[in-house]
Amino acid sequence: MKTVIDAHTVSKTFNPNTIPVHAINNVHLHMEQGEFSALVGPSGSGKTTLLNLIGGLDKPDTGNIIIHGIDITKLSPNELIDFRLHNIGFVFQSFNLIPVLTAKENVELIMQLQNRKRADIEKRILSLFKQIGLEDKIDTRPSQLSGGQQQRVAVARALASKPQLVLADEPTANLDSKSAANLLDIMAKLNQEENITFIFSTHDVRVIERARRVITLVDGQIHSDTARVETEPQTTDLATAK
Amino acid sequence: MWLLKLSWKNMWRNKHRTTITISAIFFAVVLSVVTSSLQDGVFDNLIKNVVSFYSGYLQVHKQGYWDERILDNSFEASVSLEQQILQPKNVTGLAPRLESFALASSEELTKGCVVIGISPQRENTITALQNKVIEGEYLIENDVGVLLAQGLAARLRLQLHDTLILIGQGYHGATAAGKYFIKGIVKFGSPDLNEQSLFLSLAAAQDLYSANGRVTSYVLALKNPADLNSTAESVRTKLGGTYETMTWEEMMPEIIQHIQTDKGSMYIIQGILYLLVCFGIFGTLLMMMVERKYEMGMLVAIGMKKIKLMQLLLVESVLTVFSGCIVGITVSIPIVYYLNKYPIRFTGEMAKVYEEFGFEAIFPSSTDSGIFITQGLIVLGLGLLLSLYSIIKIAALNPVTAMKK
Ligand SMILES: Nc1ncnc2c1ncn2[C@@H]1O[C@H](COP(=O)(O)OP(=O)(O)O)[C@@H](O)[C@H]1O
Ligand SMILES: [Mg+2]
Repeated sequence: MKTVIDAHTVSKTFNPNTIPVHAINNVHLHMEQGEFSALVGPSGSGKTTLLNLIGGLDKPDTGNIIIHGIDITKLSPNELIDFRLHNIGFVFQSFNLIPVLTAKENVELIMQLQNRKRADIEKRILSLFKQIGLEDKIDTRPSQLSGGQQQRVAVARALASKPQLVLADEPTANLDSKSAANLLDIMAKLNQEENITFIFSTHDVRVIERARRVITLVDGQIHSDTARVETEPQTTDLATAK
Repeated sequence: MWLLKLSWKNMWRNKHRTTITISAIFFAVVLSVVTSSLQDGVFDNLIKNVVSFYSGYLQVHKQGYWDERILDNSFEASVSLEQQILQPKNVTGLAPRLESFALASSEELTKGCVVIGISPQRENTITALQNKVIEGEYLIENDVGVLLAQGLAARLRLQLHDTLILIGQGYHGATAAGKYFIKGIVKFGSPDLNEQSLFLSLAAAQDLYSANGRVTSYVLALKNPADLNSTAESVRTKLGGTYETMTWEEMMPEIIQHIQTDKGSMYIIQGILYLLVCFGIFGTLLMMMVERKYEMGMLVAIGMKKIKLMQLLLVESVLTVFSGCIVGITVSIPIVYYLNKYPIRFTGEMAKVYEEFGFEAIFPSSTDSGIFITQGLIVLGLGLLLSLYSIIKIAALNPVTAMKK
């Protein structure tokens, strides 16, 4: 197994000079390729901050974060952007897509940024839209898609760059439970088919149930880190499990 | 390529706003092109008038003549001198003149006047004097009659075919006196010329002033007036220090001054116009940057280099400004050509000012392509300058804070 995340003694304090907020406090985290983990915890517990640190969007005050062998705390801002482009897929809570571009163009964009060949891009687009089940919406603008469909396109975009790691910050927060379940199905499927590591933050219990590893944050510290039983069925329909 | 496509799509993200921005640029371009072309047309015309009605583009005199315009500063006309003057390619013709003062008397009245001895034919090719004849006939070579300016005729209470007497001082202090028959009456817009001038054939003038073979100036016609200064310089070097070669600008600095003052006020008006447009563009730019802050943060988050994002916004700005420019210039062209074909006629005060200089206040607009290019470039430059704002904003963009709601 390849190590994807190796983070040591990571701390992040906001407003150190006024009213300090210790958003992340001495966190250690290790993750192998192909894991499918949930980052859980109450609001304000530091989930977004931790994901931002791992994804190279923010820099920790102390500690090292090694992603796929690269210590990203040592990278310059420009190197970080490049690092993110090639190693991290992001799914945000909402407004993931550029409104003036079609679903396809949104996914294409990241591969164009990577200077991938046209033929490569076309092939990848087709297979991704098949995987997210939106082949018929390929030329649709985001505003014509439902929230769940938009998030599925966002997942496709996150995977399009063939990253080491997909970070999804509360991807289902704005979705109804049926769409949430559907999104989780797709994520789980892609995780298996592409062997790409996923971390998603959430406080939705039904989403947590789908993870194979659950990391709980409380006040910026890892409170618990438990692996769930592998044999548990992966395709439970969450909508009917209410 | 995809960047260009994305820019284009972004540009139309808010159709209303883009339309308003483009219209603002459009109006600025149309207004400034049309005003510039009118102004240039006015000045071109002014210069053409000044030059063609009297001074010519260039004049050759004896050194010192322009400062002291007396017959003793005249010079010997000669074919070889004329050939030398005509050598530069840009000089297409010349007309000799012998100018001086005299008292003109009718039976009851005496008035001071300017006597201009001309070669009727050569003079006509440069200043079209024949067109100014309103009564009687134009002069022929060696004519013994005179052309009297209408105002002077009125002051002397003289009419066509009357006679008048000229008395003055000739070359080297000789007495000048002669009796002349009024062959034609000429009319000038310029009060100065109209009230004071009188034309003789060169031979008659030389005879009157005992200045045989002498002239006070050669008036030159140019093929390309734009090369005025270089042509003046080459004539100057050909002739050496005995002669002075003066451009119309040197002879009539007040006209250049008038043009510059007018251009100055024009630049101020255009400046205000552009300032308004800038405020408009900047306002929409500010709004756009606020609206798209999250999205830009996200693009940088997922791996778009800031320089790419800057390019994207720059292309958007250029496309927007360019569209305004293109539409503006496209619409200006027919307007300008129309105003060239059907010129504006000034009335009132403005007309008077121009009439004092001696011409009709009719002004076809200039169709010089330089105007379109200059105004287009100014607007484009301003657009680029303004988009520096978005570039600075992007440079300072932090994806994490930009994406915070
Ligand atoms: N940019 C920031 N400046 C100041 N405080 C921040 C900033 N970002 C997050 N915080 C604080 O850090 C803590 C953790 O926030 P966050 O990581 O967003 O938590 P979660 O995603 O679990 O809700 C909170 O107390 C939050 O107010
Ligand atoms: Mg959060």
